Amino acid sequence: MAQSAIDKNDVNMEKVAGPWKEAWRGFRKSKVAVVGMGIVFFFILLAIFGPLFTPQGINEQNLTNKLLPPSGEHWMGTDDFGRDILSRIVYGARISLWVGFLAVVGSAVMGSILGILAGYYGRWVDTIISRIFDIMLAFPSILLAIAVVSVLGPSLRNALIAIALINVPNFGRLIRSKVLSIKEDEYIMSAKAIGMKDNRILFSHILPNSMAPVIVQGTLAIATAIIEAAALGFLGLGAQAPSPEWGKMLADSRSYLTNAPWTMIFPGIAIMLTVLGFNLMGDGLRDALDPRMKS
Amino acid sequence: MTEPLLKVEGLKKYFPIKSGILGQVKNYVKAVDDVSFTVAEGETLGIVGESGCGKSTTGRMLMRLLDPTEGKVFFDGQELTKLSNQEMRKARRDIQMVFQDPYASLNPRHTIEKILMEPLNVHNIGDPKERKKKVHDFLEIVGLSSYHAKRYPHQFSGGQRQRIGIARALMTNPKLIIADEPVSALDVSIQAQVLNLMQDLQKELKLTYIFIAHDLGVVRHISDRVGVMYLGQMAELANSEDLYEKPLHPYTQALLAAVPVPDPDFEREQVVIKGDIPSPANPPSGCRFHTRCPYKMDICETTVPIFAEVEKGHSVACHLYKESRPQ
Repeated sequence: MAQSAIDKNDVNMEKVAGPWKEAWRGFRKSKVAVVGMGIVFFFILLAIFGPLFTPQGINEQNLTNKLLPPSGEHWMGTDDFGRDILSRIVYGARISLWVGFLAVVGSAVMGSILGILAGYYGRWVDTIISRIFDIMLAFPSILLAIAVVSVLGPSLRNALIAIALINVPNFGRLIRSKVLSIKEDEYIMSAKAIGMKDNRILFSHILPNSMAPVIVQGTLAIATAIIEAAALGFLGLGAQAPSPEWGKMLADSRSYLTNAPWTMIFPGIAIMLTVLGFNLMGDGLRDALDPRMKS
Repeated sequence: MTEPLLKVEGLKKYFPIKSGILGQVKNYVKAVDDVSFTVAEGETLGIVGESGCGKSTTGRMLMRLLDPTEGKVFFDGQELTKLSNQEMRKARRDIQMVFQDPYASLNPRHTIEKILMEPLNVHNIGDPKERKKKVHDFLEIVGLSSYHAKRYPHQFSGGQRQRIGIARALMTNPKLIIADEPVSALDVSIQAQVLNLMQDLQKELKLTYIFIAHDLGVVRHISDRVGVMYLGQMAELANSEDLYEKPLHPYTQALLAAVPVPDPDFEREQVVIKGDIPSPANPPSGCRFHTRCPYKMDICETTVPIFAEVEKGHSVACHLYKESRPQ
């Protein structure tokens, strides 16, 4: 078969690359996305190792040193209890990233399960799940989070649960629509033709193929979750004093805005940078994983 | 005559059209309406027809990827339409399918090895070592190489992917392969390669094919017998030679007259059909072809013609032949 010999050759040159590797290649092309990833990694490292190097403890009060401006000793100044702001921001990275990550994992898992059920089984299952999502999406998300926290009581853990809950419909709808389109793909039909069971098709074909948008949405949702956690902290519904949560720090520094602006600027910058990093990275991931952009 | 491998009796598929908030059934799309045929072991039955005539639906019902509304399918002495879902899944080991779109029928996230291994895993054939060997063997058989096993579908051309699709269908050593337009998504030069591969495999592995297509030339090339479908019904069924040389049904005549012939001096018989294919939700009364038929008679509007054997091995449903007229 001379013809098929020609056929064989045309794929030899290409290096064997899986779909993930290819996505990574696409991701690296975008400088902005790499910068975003750099910021995210910086904060992750800060959260993991930073506390080992912080100059002062987070809760060590030193009232004689209160509201000092940034100096060689306190790079970001001190707050109204004389605590070192740099140390508190470094610890705060731990809280914010942890909350963002856990909340998103929670909502991604719940959303995926509900979305897959709705998309794959359709009919009344779909109707019920989709209507619940619609109802949840009808509320502004922060309002819903406040409602959930006021039922559960204000604490960081409850804020996390609230943020996870309000993000469920975003993931759920995303997965549902993805499953709906994958379900009609011919390779699902061919898996059935082979004699595969439903649940095996679900786990070996549908689930892996619907994960790409979840990863993108997840990265972007971490950014939102961090803001939401900070907002709840700011409102006094999330982390409680003396926890160095960024939103809480912002709230506490409100009264010193004019005479000690550093108490507010640095936590603000920390929130902004983290969120920016996740957003840039998420955008890059979306471009790299979106099948419509692929040739 | 020996028992045919596959026997189809009165196969029907009606898709409900729902409307309103409560989803009341308003009407049915009669995608396949009373189709019967048999396929003998080792032969190739071609099924042709326009888009929407129900040929793919028929193919899918044969392996119960769609459940028929009515009718019976016997395969190898077993009534498939009576099996439970569990039993049907096992029975699919002997009936496999090759799909139309080689770009969509392979999971983009699986390697070729994983794709080809899947049928073996599902049916528990062999141990992991044997499975791997079989995958590599079949890659060679369909004209690829064993080192392709670690690649992903997007690294192959359409023709190569269709070879992979064929290899997957062969993994479980099936008796019957239903090929649903296996070459219509491919370039003409590649079509010939894939068709020849399918014919070689048929000889080597003693396969039986049901070959669904809309390309009459392709079907003639590969089929022993050909069935022509129109609007969910079988219009004519005959040996390939007879059908192409002496078509009896006006619809078949029109289809054949529309096939381009590579000869500028060729004088074609003009059988031109007018209009579009009617909606299968509201098919014409009597003979379904009467709205477009050049030989329409009064009886055609009122009475459904019987699908009857007019000559030996040549069946047709048309009132032009007295065998088709109800007594």
